[in-house]
Amino acid sequence: MSSRLVTTDVLVVGGGLAGERCAMEAAAAGHEVLILSLVPPRRSHSCAAQGGMQASLANCVKAEGDNPVVHFLDTVRGSDWGADQEVANIFADEAPVAVRELAHFGVPWSRVRGGKNKYFIKGEEVEIDEALDNDGLIGQRDFGGTAKWRACYAAAGTGHAALYAVDSEVVRLGVTVQDRTEAVSLIHDGTRCLGAVVRCLRTGRHFAVMAKATVIASGGYGRIYGQYTSNAVINEGTGASIALDTGIVPLGNMEAVQFHPTTLMPSGILVTEGCRGDGGYLLDKNMNRFMVEAEPEKQELASRDVVSRHMVQCMRDGNGVDSPYGPHLWLDIRHIGEEHLRTKLLEVWDICRDFLGINPAEELVPVRPTQHYSMGGIRVNKDGEAYGLAGLFAVGEAACWDMHGFNRLGGNSLAETLVSGRLVGRRVAEIVAGLQLRADTGIALDAVNAAENRAAAWLGRNGDGRSVYDLRDALGEVMMHRVGIFRTGDELEDAVAEIAQLLDDCNTAVLRCKDPGVNPELAFALRLKGMLRLAMTVAMGALARTESRGAHFRTDFPLRNDDDWLNRTLVRWGADEDEPRFSYEPVGLIDLPPGHRGYGSDERIEMQQSIDTYNESVLASQSREGRIETAEVIGTRLKRGAWQSYVS
Amino acid sequence: MSKQQQDKLRRLRFEIFRYNPQDENSEPHTDVFEIEETPFMTLFIALNKIRETLDPGLQFDFACRSAICGSCGMLVNGRPALACRTLTSDLPEEITLYPLPAFKLVGDLSVDTGTWFREMAERTQAWIHERLPFDPQAIEERMSDDIAAAIYEGDRCIECGCCVASCGVANIDDGFLAGAGMNRVARFMIDPRDARTDADWFDVVAGEQGVFGCYGMMACADVCPKELPLLEVYAYLRRKTLRARFIAADNKQKD
Repeated sequence: MSSRLVTTDVLVVGGGLAGERCAMEAAAAGHEVLILSLVPPRRSHSCAAQGGMQASLANCVKAEGDNPVVHFLDTVRGSDWGADQEVANIFADEAPVAVRELAHFGVPWSRVRGGKNKYFIKGEEVEIDEALDNDGLIGQRDFGGTAKWRACYAAAGTGHAALYAVDSEVVRLGVTVQDRTEAVSLIHDGTRCLGAVVRCLRTGRHFAVMAKATVIASGGYGRIYGQYTSNAVINEGTGASIALDTGIVPLGNMEAVQFHPTTLMPSGILVTEGCRGDGGYLLDKNMNRFMVEAEPEKQELASRDVVSRHMVQCMRDGNGVDSPYGPHLWLDIRHIGEEHLRTKLLEVWDICRDFLGINPAEELVPVRPTQHYSMGGIRVNKDGEAYGLAGLFAVGEAACWDMHGFNRLGGNSLAETLVSGRLVGRRVAEIVAGLQLRADTGIALDAVNAAENRAAAWLGRNGDGRSVYDLRDALGEVMMHRVGIFRTGDELEDAVAEIAQLLDDCNTAVLRCKDPGVNPELAFALRLKGMLRLAMTVAMGALARTESRGAHFRTDFPLRNDDDWLNRTLVRWGADEDEPRFSYEPVGLIDLPPGHRGYGSDERIEMQQSIDTYNESVLASQSREGRIETAEVIGTRLKRGAWQSYVS
Repeated sequence: MSKQQQDKLRRLRFEIFRYNPQDENSEPHTDVFEIEETPFMTLFIALNKIRETLDPGLQFDFACRSAICGSCGMLVNGRPALACRTLTSDLPEEITLYPLPAFKLVGDLSVDTGTWFREMAERTQAWIHERLPFDPQAIEERMSDDIAAAIYEGDRCIECGCCVASCGVANIDDGFLAGAGMNRVARFMIDPRDARTDADWFDVVAGEQGVFGCYGMMACADVCPKELPLLEVYAYLRRKTLRARFIAADNKQKD
């Protein structure tokens, strides 16, 4: 493509599950859709999701009695009440359809085997008779923080199988995918998004894509944690970053960062929660199952935030296993047996062999928590439309929709990509149907010129500035050690100062490769400032939030504070502004009152105002923050009080 | 974690193919880089170290760095492999790296696998040709866990292109389906949700660019990082194709 200006009906930035599922919906409605992707879409990070996708199918004995209301309850509790409960309800309602639709697209879900099945539950081997009537239905395994076995799975390659099935549908629909392209800025007029400036990573050339609707589906920002993440190297938060640059669109809950309990030492490669779901244990250096004492009820299957904290505490207490890379703990899946490991957990088997040279049926797996998921992202309404700019949408991990609040349950994000992809795609298709393309070429070409100038400035700068990779590594150290699993005001203040210094250094950093075309150092440099800015919003958001909620844990404010902090952080920071601007909005309409999660601490500071009073303020507050009107009014998708039959 | 720590760490010498097709002054050649080995060093770690400390222009592709996304296929000492999961301790201290052949070169070690696989998917119509439209109200169609496992086995291909690069035929015929393409076809053939019959598949797999174009050297099966049973895939497709041919001939006689 050699033109400086391209038009389409719908532009989707990101070729993972959320973006492709959204694109399918718009394409099936007859709109022209263009997907941009850093990599061929099947290499997107969705492919790395291993253990499962949550949907309340109630297909096996340990899932009996499950339904969307129970799934909703687990999700809101998991979020530590930070979720928008209406969105959590939409999600729980639609997840079964999304899972079954994937079966229709060809995902080879593992299936229930009627008759006697051997499972490991809380350290015991048990035999359960699955109903013959259920033979051949989609199988489900246990995951953390859930009342029922709900995670539908295809061995331990669930994301891979789902992504391939959805990409097959994208190919079938003839949707154009341009891989090795990157959106580097949004084109907008202050009220409406008109498209994006795109950089071709094969040539280094910039061009504008003008679209009636632009959807950001670029995934999370895990790589701001440097090497301390399970994320792919492409998860640099570019989509959230270009939205932040507008100064109009807020990012939500950036300080809500998930750490996964079991990533491999030292590489940080994910080892699925399905290992613990299928009966694996965590052991300290004395071969003690410390989670049994810490969480007698859920044990290893408490939510990820809770398990990660217990693991770090265990290592701080001197019970970690020493290694040249620092302390770690053990994941023990030996008792699960080779046959199960080589079928239902095959990907884990492969990873242990390939990266450590060990046989997990005979040896312990060294693990530690690292960054895993970005609950924060582009703040959108329940239709997926961004606050502040009409025509801009976000889906999947790039978005703060917000069904995860301050902690996401395992298997809920894979389901979210499909559920929100379908819903937002449908909404995009409706909106686009009534629109004419506004090809405001002046604004677009100005934006292209600005992007070219940024690249040229990097190439033209000389001197003795730091290397971009040096800055990236320094950022990772700050984030993991100051904005990590346990946070304190002092350390967060240090982090803010250190990131500010890195931002200064970024302005004088020097490239050694001056090639204007394909130049991997330049491609990274163009993302670096955005990564530093995202990191600053995480650190400042964490410093301001003087409570502990979900994955955000302040040792100096260890209690959840529903009186002052039952809200969502919003941050805006235009590319030309010195400081980010923070504000707060209610989490959404509350149906399930704040309470104990069923794991973790039961102490908290209670909300003083009534839920009715809280709820009355929601719409006005969110509208003030730029919430765009939704197709259906707020609250229509809540099933008020339905949870009461399931809470004792 | 013992094996690597006990091994003596070495100074590694990399000879790496260089060529930038975007640059008319660029000529294909190799460059040599030397770095110190570290414990558990993979080619992912080594190549990033080379790029970040020795040559910032070096092109290569990684995404997941955990052997599941398929981005980093390259020739490691002449053999197609995933760089991210290749431990340097399994290699001699002199290591040559070339891009995968059979794909269009993007630059240095980076090749365009995306276009190849998209074209293959379009040509083989690699999606479920369903019998009925999706009914959001209905529960899922049942499937035995054994069939699901068999389909999953075929679905495990990560489209890294190692089999294509190792294939004598794919290197001289751009349109040859090669191991990954054959595997993709077989995966849909065994899927009971797909309505296509053996006769429908005949045109896709029977020709010179299909299963009978294979010379039988089976390097694909040797190099597949996922150890997919490509020998069985070829045998299965040959059987199914011949069967479709016989049935067609039989029906003709009856007419």
